[in-house]
Amino acid sequence: MSASERTLLDVRDLRVSYGGRRGARAAVDGVSLSVAPEETLGLVGESGSGKTTVARCVAGLLRPGAGTVTFEGRPLGRAGRRPPELQRAVQMVFQDPRSSLNPRMTVASIIAEVWRTHPVTAPEGDRTEALHRLLADMGLDPEVAARRAGDLSGGQCQRVSIARALAVRPRLLVCDEAVSALDVSVQAQILRLLVDLRGRHRLAMLFISHDLGVVHQIADRVAVMHRGLIVEEGRTGEVLTAPRHAYTRALLDAALDLDDPVPEDGTADGRAVV
Amino acid sequence: MTPAGAGTARENGAGKTAPATDGPILRIDDLVVELPGPHGTRTRVVDGVSFDVPRATTVGLIGESGSGKTMTAHAVLGLPPEGATLSGRLLWHGEDLLAADPARRRAVRGREIAMIFQDPLAALNPTQRIARQIGEVPRRDRLPRAEVNRRVVELLDRVGVPEPERRMRAYPHELSGGLRQRAMIAMALAGSPALLLADEPTTALDVTVQSRILRLLADIQAADGLAMLLVSHDLRVVSHVGERVVVMYAGRVCERGPARDVLRRPAHPYTAALVRSVPAVRTRTALADPLPGAPATPANRPAGCAFHPRCPMARARCRAEVPEVREVAPGRWSACHFAEEVPGS
Ligand SMILES: Nc1ncnc2c1ncn2[C@@H]1O[C@H](COP(=O)(O)OP(=O)(O)OP(=O)(O)O)[C@@H](O)[C@H]1O
Ligand SMILES: Nc1ncnc2c1ncn2[C@@H]1O[C@H](COP(=O)(O)OP(=O)(O)O)[C@@H](O)[C@H]1O
Ligand code: SF4
Ligand SMILES: [Mg+2]
Ligand SMILES: [Mg+2]
Repeated sequence: MSASERTLLDVRDLRVSYGGRRGARAAVDGVSLSVAPEETLGLVGESGSGKTTVARCVAGLLRPGAGTVTFEGRPLGRAGRRPPELQRAVQMVFQDPRSSLNPRMTVASIIAEVWRTHPVTAPEGDRTEALHRLLADMGLDPEVAARRAGDLSGGQCQRVSIARALAVRPRLLVCDEAVSALDVSVQAQILRLLVDLRGRHRLAMLFISHDLGVVHQIADRVAVMHRGLIVEEGRTGEVLTAPRHAYTRALLDAALDLDDPVPEDGTADGRAVV
Repeated sequence: MTPAGAGTARENGAGKTAPATDGPILRIDDLVVELPGPHGTRTRVVDGVSFDVPRATTVGLIGESGSGKTMTAHAVLGLPPEGATLSGRLLWHGEDLLAADPARRRAVRGREIAMIFQDPLAALNPTQRIARQIGEVPRRDRLPRAEVNRRVVELLDRVGVPEPERRMRAYPHELSGGLRQRAMIAMALAGSPALLLADEPTTALDVTVQSRILRLLADIQAADGLAMLLVSHDLRVVSHVGERVVVMYAGRVCERGPARDVLRRPAHPYTAALVRSVPAVRTRTALADPLPGAPATPANRPAGCAFHPRCPMARARCRAEVPEVREVAPGRWSACHFAEEVPGS
């Protein structure tokens, strides 16, 4: 099998700058990565390192300054210009669920809308029942269907946006901190579902998370981003147990475990890294 | 907002802070928050919550998504959603804020009590530069413009925003998540609060920035004697920075006590389930077994103990009788009929 056959998503030499003429600054400075079918690639790195920017390019919400993004060898253009098949195949769950859901729409109409847009994925038979099943998978009560997105808690919004993405049976799911605002028990339930979909529907994932514990649980491979570059990439077990790059080590050192002693924190001087 | 407590208001004096020297800075006493539900029903999203926040102490508030943590914090801040009814007492230095007049509540909000919201993008105004938003309280104090700007720079510097003179002119979306969160902390500190409500302040931040922000909050707390109510789904964070912890499930408190003690030896089956689900960082942990049964929502809260459909220890009494929050060991409170039997407690 050639490399391209093994690749579902391929990102090559991606470059993005924000800020226009005056203060243009590279947020993503030559990033390449690929995700195979059924594979979960974890993307970790500190805030501002460019993870969301990469995700937005894959989702077609941002046009890169340079580089290519392809899906099964086909270029993925801007979101609105993608053929319906591709639109459906690549779904994204955003870091900030509130801003991606219309607060006035009910949960039922949010899901109905994506089924209308992608009729091939609409359930046959009783849609209400299918909707309730979908919500139950997310650990949401059927009662939530009638509620407006604006009246949900942060974690409920997050689960509705995962439900919306999964409703159209994508082949690649881009998750940007998709489970970060959930309590660990609901989080585990959703991660199980995603792992299950990987097996049943060959779902592949680009899984962005700051939670190294969660990444350790579900990613096959991990890429570590720092200041717009991927500084280390490899099998999850190797990267997270024997990191080679100093930045990965720093990231691991800062991660808390439930039973760690209270950190003395020699490194943190209270200043942000820019 | 219609504070149901207002009808039974006791004498409110001149609406001034009672200079209580001991006792908690905030006592939440039997707080109930009801929201309009579908078809004219009302949903009790917070159902008799009581706990204290002692001065200069961090209290962690954890619990299931949708269990009422944010609602509790918003009630304390005096910003519940439209149509909400509140009852119980919110004793701020002994003064009941629910019974206080609106002017007094407004005076407390943003000054004595400030909040860092769950969602900085939604909480910050996207069309205003951050300098304008951070300067709001100083401007309300009618400080001259140069003075307001000086104060904004000082606040940004204090929360560790590099190049504050330049960054203050940024719009929220132009900042990275970590800087945005710092800007929001600066905004909260602008009124020199005595209590900071922080709703998932580090949720979307990586571990290095998270530890710096937590460190920053701890430093500010030490310097200013600030009390903090830290809402977080992350037990690891709470066990490291919280002296105390309150665990909520379906709108009620299920357990509270010293943070590390509670998270090491839970005295409630729900806390125990949470603790078991925390993934380790340096080794690969299997995904936790999901809790059986359906999650509880305030709209259809199971009778008796709300956790009973999912609880491995449930028995007949649990379905019939709502457990009281009782002291099960010195300083340890649990709302489980059988707290003494929780494995490892
Ligand atoms: N404006 C609103 N109108 C009606 N119900 C609401 C509103 N806001 C929140 N709720 C409901 O109140 C309950 C408590 O919400 P709250 O935001 O306090 O949860 P939370 O514990 O903060 O959850 P999360 O961890 O997901 O943020 C939830 O069931 C939620 O759906
Ligand atoms: N819309 C924008 N305008 C200007 N700068 C931005 C914008 N979005 C992100 N940035 C900047 O680009 C960098 C990368 O951001 P982002 O991709 O959000 O990082 P991450 O998701 O890893 O936290 C940061 O320095 C951030 O401040
Ligand atoms: S009261 Fe009963 S159902 Fe509730 S937590 Fe305790 S044992 Fe479980
Ligand atoms: Mg991001
Ligand atoms: Mg919340």
